[in-house]
Amino acid sequence: MQSLAALVDLSTPGHYVHWGFVQISVANLVVIAVMLVVFALAVLLPFPHGRSKR
Amino acid sequence: MTARHLSPDDGAARQRAAAAPDGLRPTWTGRLRGRAVAALPPDKLLPDTQPAYVASWVYVFGALTLAALAIVVLSGAVLALKGPAWWHVSSVGLFFNSVHLWSTELFFFFMVVHLWAKFCMAAWRGRRRATWVTGVLAFVISIATAFTGYLSQQNFDSEWISTQAKDGINATGAGAFWNVLNFGQMLMWHIVLLPAVVGLFVGIHVLLVRRRGVVPPFADDRAAPSHEATATDDGASAAGEGQPATTGSKGAWQ
Amino acid sequence: MSTRRFRPDRDVEEWSGPVVRYDLAKEVTVCFFVVLLLVLGFSAIFSSPDDKPITIKSWSTARPLDFVQTAITELDGTSATATYGPPYNTTPGAGQKLGPVSLARLAGAHIPIDTSSDFVIRPLSTLPDSPALDAAITRYEASPASQQTAWDNAYTAAAAKATFDGSIRVSPGRYGPVSLMMADLLDMARSGALDGALTSSPQLYGTDYTKPLLFIADGSYMNDVAGARHLHGDQWGMMNETGNFPGQAWLWLYTMWYQIPPYSTSSNGDVLVWATMMLLTLLLILLPFIPGLRSIPRHLRIYRLIWRRHYRSLSQQPSEG
Repeated sequence: MQSLAALVDLSTPGHYVHWGFVQISVANLVVIAVMLVVFALAVLLPFPHGRSKR
Repeated sequence: MTARHLSPDDGAARQRAAAAPDGLRPTWTGRLRGRAVAALPPDKLLPDTQPAYVASWVYVFGALTLAALAIVVLSGAVLALKGPAWWHVSSVGLFFNSVHLWSTELFFFFMVVHLWAKFCMAAWRGRRRATWVTGVLAFVISIATAFTGYLSQQNFDSEWISTQAKDGINATGAGAFWNVLNFGQMLMWHIVLLPAVVGLFVGIHVLLVRRRGVVPPFADDRAAPSHEATATDDGASAAGEGQPATTGSKGAWQ
Repeated sequence: MSTRRFRPDRDVEEWSGPVVRYDLAKEVTVCFFVVLLLVLGFSAIFSSPDDKPITIKSWSTARPLDFVQTAITELDGTSATATYGPPYNTTPGAGQKLGPVSLARLAGAHIPIDTSSDFVIRPLSTLPDSPALDAAITRYEASPASQQTAWDNAYTAAAAKATFDGSIRVSPGRYGPVSLMMADLLDMARSGALDGALTSSPQLYGTDYTKPLLFIADGSYMNDVAGARHLHGDQWGMMNETGNFPGQAWLWLYTMWYQIPPYSTSSNGDVLVWATMMLLTLLLILLPFIPGLRSIPRHLRIYRLIWRRHYRSLSQQPSEG
C-alpha cells in the first residue's frame, strides 16, 4: 500500500547550528521559525468579513 | 438581535424550570440537568454567532489544535490494533507511526501558537482564569504524554531517552515509583492514564470557553478614559442594533 | 451590589455589541481535513525514524573490550548503576539533594538492583553443562570480601590493557575465578543469551527492561552512538531527534538550564533543573493571578493588531462620552 522508503530521507546525519552556547538542529530551528512566521501571519493577515450582522 | 448577557434572574429561572418541569421537588437528576442547562444552554453550547471583534486568523488555532489531537488519538488507535511491535515490521504500520508522530508535532505547533495568541489577548480576563489554568495544564500533561510515547518506541531512541531521563526523574524521588525503563508501565501510562487526563482538561477547557465566551478586547485607551466602574447586578445595556459597544458603556463585568 | 476596583489585566467589560454569523462546526471540520492533509503529506514524504536498538549482544559484538571493562565493574560494585543510590540501591551519600533534602533518598530503593548478582552471577548460573564455571562461581561466592576485591582489582587493571581475538586475552595475573567468569559472560553476551537472561521472569511474560538498559548504559558504546547523533545533554540533545527529523522543540527551556552553571556544574544538576522548571510552570499556570506578569500583554500591544478591526470601528463611531 505505501512505499517503504520515505520520499525525502531524513535519516541522514543531522545538521546543527552553533550560536554561542546554543546548539540547535536545523530541523528544530525550521520548526520554531515557521511557528513565528505563522503566528505573525495569523495576526496580520486580514480575516474575511462576517456575512451578516445581527 | 444583539447578544445579551442574561441577568442572573434569567439563569435561575431557567435552572428551576429545567430541574423540575412538573413543579414537584427536583430529583438529583433534575438538579444536575438544571445546572447543566443553566450553565450551558444549547445556544451557548453550540452558538452560530460570535462577537464582531472575533475577526482574526489567530482564533483558528484552538480548533487546529483540537483537530491535530483527534488525529493523534485516531492514529494511536490504529497502532493499538496490531500492538506496539507492528510498526517495526510493517510498512503500513510505519506509515501510521509517522501519522502519529507528525500529528503530535503539529499538535504542539498549533497549541503553542494558540498559547501565544491567548497570552497576547490576556484571555484570562473577566472570570476566565479557569480557562487559562485548564489550558496550561492540558499543555503540561500533553508534554508528559508525548514523553511516555517516545519511551514506548522500543528502538534506540527510546533506549537513550529512558536511560537519560531516569536521572532527572530519579533525582525527584518519583523514579522509585515511575520507572521509565519499564516499557509495560510507560506504555500503559501513554495509552490509558495520560490521554484520559488530557481529554479531561481539554474537555473542561472547551466547555469553559463556551460558557464564558471569547474574551472581549481591552478597552480602547486612545478614547476618553472610562470611569472606574463598580460591578453592578443589572444586565447589559441594550446597545441597539448595529451599534458597537464603546468604552464607558455600562456593560456588566465582575 | 459589590464594589471592586476595575483592574484592566484581570477584569473586562463583557460584550454587548454586535455579533456576526460564525460557523463553528464548519470551522472544526475544515480544520480537521486541513490538518489531516498536512499530516498525511508529511508522513508520506518524510516517514518517521526507527533506529535499531542496541542489545547486549550488539554491544558486546561491536565492543567486546568495553563490555568486559564494564562487566568487571558490575561484579565489584563500582559501576554507575552499582553506586547509583536510590531507587536502585542504598549507597551511602548517593542521591541528589535539593538544599538539605534528598528526595530520592526519601523515596527509597524501590527498584533494588545488586549488579554483582543480577548482572553477572545469576545469569552465569543459568548456563547448563558448565561444571568449571559453576565451580568458579562457588569459589568466588565462598571467598571473603577482601579476596574478592583483590581478584576484581587485578582483573580491572588487566582488562584495561586486554585484547580480543575471538576470546578475551589478559596478561597473566592472579585473578582467581574472575577471569573465567568474565570470559564466559562475554561469550554469553555475544550469543544473545545474556539479553534473554536479564529480561526473563519467573512467569515467562516480561515488559520490564530495567536490567539490560542499566547494564548497556553503564558501558560507553551507547553513549558514543548517542553522541554521534547529537543526543547528549550538553549538545541540547533533549530536544533532538535522530537524523534530520524535528524533535521536541517544546523542551527547549528544560534543556537550556543544563547548558549553564550552576546546573551544568553541580552534582545536583538534575533536581535543580526540575525544581526550576516546576517553579516556572507554576508561574505560567497562575499567570492570571500575578500582577505585573499579567500586565505584559497590555504593554506588548500586540492585541491592537489582533483586534484592529474592532478598534477601527470604535474610532468611526461618535463617542458616547
